[in-house]
Order: sequence, then structure tokens, then C-alpha cells
Amino acid sequence: MTATARMPRIEQAGIDAWLVRLFSDIDESNMPWLTALVRRCEEDFGAALIDLVPSYTTVLVHYDPLILSAGEARARLVALLETLSPDSGEAVQDIKELPVWYDPSVGPELERLERHTGWERDKVIELHCEHVYRVFALGFAPGFAFMGSVDERLALPRLETPRRRVPQGSVAIAGRQTSAYPTMSPGGWNLVGRTPAKLFDRQRKGFSLLQVGDQVRFVSVTRQEFERLGGEVTPVEARS
Amino acid sequence: MTGIVEGVRVERAGPLALLQDAGRFGVRRLGVTQGGPVDIHSWAWANRLLGNRWGAAALEISLGGLELVACKTLRLALCGADLDARLDGNDLPRWRAFTVEPHQRLTFGTPRDGVRAYLAVAGGFRADPVLGSVACVPREGLGGHDGLGHPLKAQERLFVDSRSQDEADTRNTPQAIPPSEMPHYGEPAQLALIPGAQIADFSGASLFDAFNRSWQVDDRADRMGVRLLGPRLACRISALVSEGIGLGGVQVPPDGQPFVLLNDRQTIGGYPRLGALTPLACARLAQCMPGQEVRLIPKPLAAAQDEYRRFRAGFA
Repeated sequence: MTATARMPRIEQAGIDAWLVRLFSDIDESNMPWLTALVRRCEEDFGAALIDLVPSYTTVLVHYDPLILSAGEARARLVALLETLSPDSGEAVQDIKELPVWYDPSVGPELERLERHTGWERDKVIELHCEHVYRVFALGFAPGFAFMGSVDERLALPRLETPRRRVPQGSVAIAGRQTSAYPTMSPGGWNLVGRTPAKLFDRQRKGFSLLQVGDQVRFVSVTRQEFERLGGEVTPVEARS
Repeated sequence: MTGIVEGVRVERAGPLALLQDAGRFGVRRLGVTQGGPVDIHSWAWANRLLGNRWGAAALEISLGGLELVACKTLRLALCGADLDARLDGNDLPRWRAFTVEPHQRLTFGTPRDGVRAYLAVAGGFRADPVLGSVACVPREGLGGHDGLGHPLKAQERLFVDSRSQDEADTRNTPQAIPPSEMPHYGEPAQLALIPGAQIADFSGASLFDAFNRSWQVDDRADRMGVRLLGPRLACRISALVSEGIGLGGVQVPPDGQPFVLLNDRQTIGGYPRLGALTPLACARLAQCMPGQEVRLIPKPLAAAQDEYRRFRAGFA
């Protein structure tokens, strides 16, 4: 429990929203507070809640201005924050595992990481798989999860020139964050492998495989296992 | 699904025609954007003139070029930009409801005032919702007439509820928009802005400039956002930890030129913000052509909410 979590700020954020700022810095330990705040807003605002956007240190709370005035919405948040406590760690057994085929053909920046660290490929992969990451936020595209924190030794800055087409499932690192691209899209992160997991699926309950606050571990699999799980082995285009 | 029938056939698609309901809500935490009409004022009036409920899906037509043929007798309403709309070659007045007969041809030319027109049908255009909404977001491949986020293409069809065409409830429906509500898009726009939390981090001179100088709409203007060109605004914060951004958020990147975030914006972002435009100010901005002059006018939150409630009061 940090001091800032007990001294939140409620900031004006437009005609129908308050931004609740719980922390100032990115930290994995923020997330149980943010997920608790999301849950409490759902309970306490009920039908007056339009949308919620948790992200790293904040939760943006959209309410229906036809039901609540700004002052009423703010008062609800103040009351809720007075009794807010972080979600407990009971969900630790729910670590989500993402199978990844780490290979330069689908993760061209693996070699950049080897040069950057001076290590063998296996050790780079081991380090990426070792940590249980937290999902800080989803954004950029539906189902794209910003996860951290990546070991400092693997922290590579973004590519100077983003790729125009990053293949679906690409597993990537940027600074101390890691993610997987749910669909083909432009992107400037360092690609290290590919997951066969379907990250966003409109047929799935909850739609996104990963949700804010989730704990996630990457698991290295062979090409055979990757293909068996439905992975697509087409290499990343050299000039994409 | 009885009563759901073909309403119009697309003869020519034009640059961008998207089906939009009120937007996609409750899934922004998944990185899914809001969508919906960028000009909520015109979209809402087109529906209101037909007695439609709030949120009925209407067609957002950007920059004209569209050609539609009616498949059956339809009650329609057209609001928003003057895109030289014609019915069988005759001028088609905006801001009122009208009836088309089968095989009549509705064409849109080039913009004469504003950017986007809204065509509504009694009962709303019908499509299967995706993640709870019909709002069409091409970048995400969600919603629209086909559920895959595609803009309309030639030879495609839009569906309607046939019963709504005969039984439209017109008892409490205005026949036309009051003149006071009718915008004139060519005039300089006054955009109401609710100040945000970082406003004190901008320099005094920048705040003076922001609200006293005029701004020009950049050609970087689409459904994600609109860039404004003018005096360079200085903020002592260059980047924040990414946080959720609402509709109309006015973020100021290090180049000092404000960027107003509209319906298809990314859900989180990390630039300091002056504040947020009101929904009606976003609507007005969405009808501005590149090069057009706008001004930012600070507006207290309570006054902005009162204005929005008055706007919504007439809608079912």
C-alpha cells in the first residue's frame, strides 16, 4: 500500500467523465488497486456508468450526465475511494500462459537483443519467460495489452522506423513493456517471437484474452507445438 | 427478423459512408474505441425528425459522391453538411423528413457547406451489433452494415424495418429543425472547451493564445481527430503516463499544436491536455474543412452539462 493510493486525485475530464488518479508512477503493485476501483465503480454507479478505462495509474470513469450531475458523480467517487481496498492476491493461480515460438524468422529483433545483452538466444528467451507480467492497460488496438515490467537488461527502445505491417500474434518488447499484436497492424516494437493465441475474439465472452490487471507468463514452445496450436509460420517481411 | 427488408441499394460508394449508431460503450478498457457519429448534432436531428429512438443507426456520408436507389417506399431525413444532395436530380432540402418511392435515386455531389451529411430512415438502418453496437470503425474491423467495419461499397444494400416506414410515430415529431438549431458550417466556429487537469501546466502566454487567437483546421483531420494550427503552446509537462482519454480531449504534443480527439481516437494517450471540447463542439469541428478558422472558448463544466441536457431533452 503506497501513500498515493490513499490520497487519490479526482480530475475534471470533460462533460461526462472524472479521471481518478491513484498513483504517479508505473508499478505492478498499482494494479490490484485499479482493478478494485473498476469493480467498485461498476457496483456503485450501476446504470449511470457508461464506460471505464483503467490504465497504469488512473481510471477514467464515464457516467451518464442525464442521470448524474458532475457533482453527484464526483461525490460517489469520493465516497467509494474512502473505503477502497486493493483486490487480494487470491487470483495468483490464474496466471495466463501465452505460448510463444521464439525464432528470428518471426522475431527479427531476437538477434538485436542477443547483441544488446551479449547473451545466447536461450538465455534471452529464458529471461523473457521468467517473469510473471501484469497487464497495465489495453490500448492502441482492441486486445493489445501493455504488460510489464520487462527485465531492465531486455529493455530495448522502439524501432526508429516502425513497421507498416506487424503480423498477428507477434510478441514484442518496447522499453520495459512487452505485448502481443492481436491483428496485423503497423507497429514500432521489437519483435522476438509469435504466439498462436487468439488475443481478440468477438465470439469469446469478454472478447479480449487479456484484461487489465491480469498476470501473464510467456512459455517458449517449439515450431511443431506452435503449428499444432494453429500458429502461422510465415516470416516477418524483411521490408515491412 | 420479420419486417427487416432491403431499404436502399448502393449504386456508387463515394469516399466514405459508414453506418453509425450512438457508439460502442462498455468495452473501451479492451482498447476498443467509441465510434459513433462525429457530428452528434446532425445525426441526432436526422433521427429525431423521424421519431426514432436515441441511438438508431444512420448513415454518415463524408464528402459526398454517394449514390443510392430506394428498394421500397421509405421515410428518410437528411441533416448535416450540404453535399449537393438530389432526389432524381432535384435539389433535396436538408433538415427535414421526406418520403422516397421505389427506384428513386438519391445522389450526393461535392461538399458546399460542411463535410458530413447524415441520412436516417424511420426505425433506423438495421445491422447486427458487434460488441454491442453497429458503429462502424474501419481501423478495428468492427460494426457497420457488414459487421466487419467496412465502409459501404457499390452494389451493397442497407436494411430497414418495413413496419417503421408505414407506422412512423409522427405525433410528437417536429417536421423540421428550428432555424436557431440550424448550423452554418462556413462561418468561423466557436468551440466550447471544458478545462482539464493539466491546464495550469501551460504557460500563461500559451493559455492567453489558446483562448484569444484563432486556430486553423489542419489537413490532418479524420474520425480519429483533428489537428489545429496556430500559436505554439508550451506546457511544462511533455509526456504523462498513458491514461484514458474522453471524446473531445485536446492533447498538446511537444510540437505545441493541439490535437482534438474524436470518436475513433485511441483509448489511452500520454500527452498533456488543455481540456475537452463538449460533444456539440466536437460535432461542429467535425464539419470544418481544412483551412477553416476556429476559436476555443472555455466553458465551465456545469454550464456544458446544462447545454447537453437541453440538447438531449427533445429526444426519445
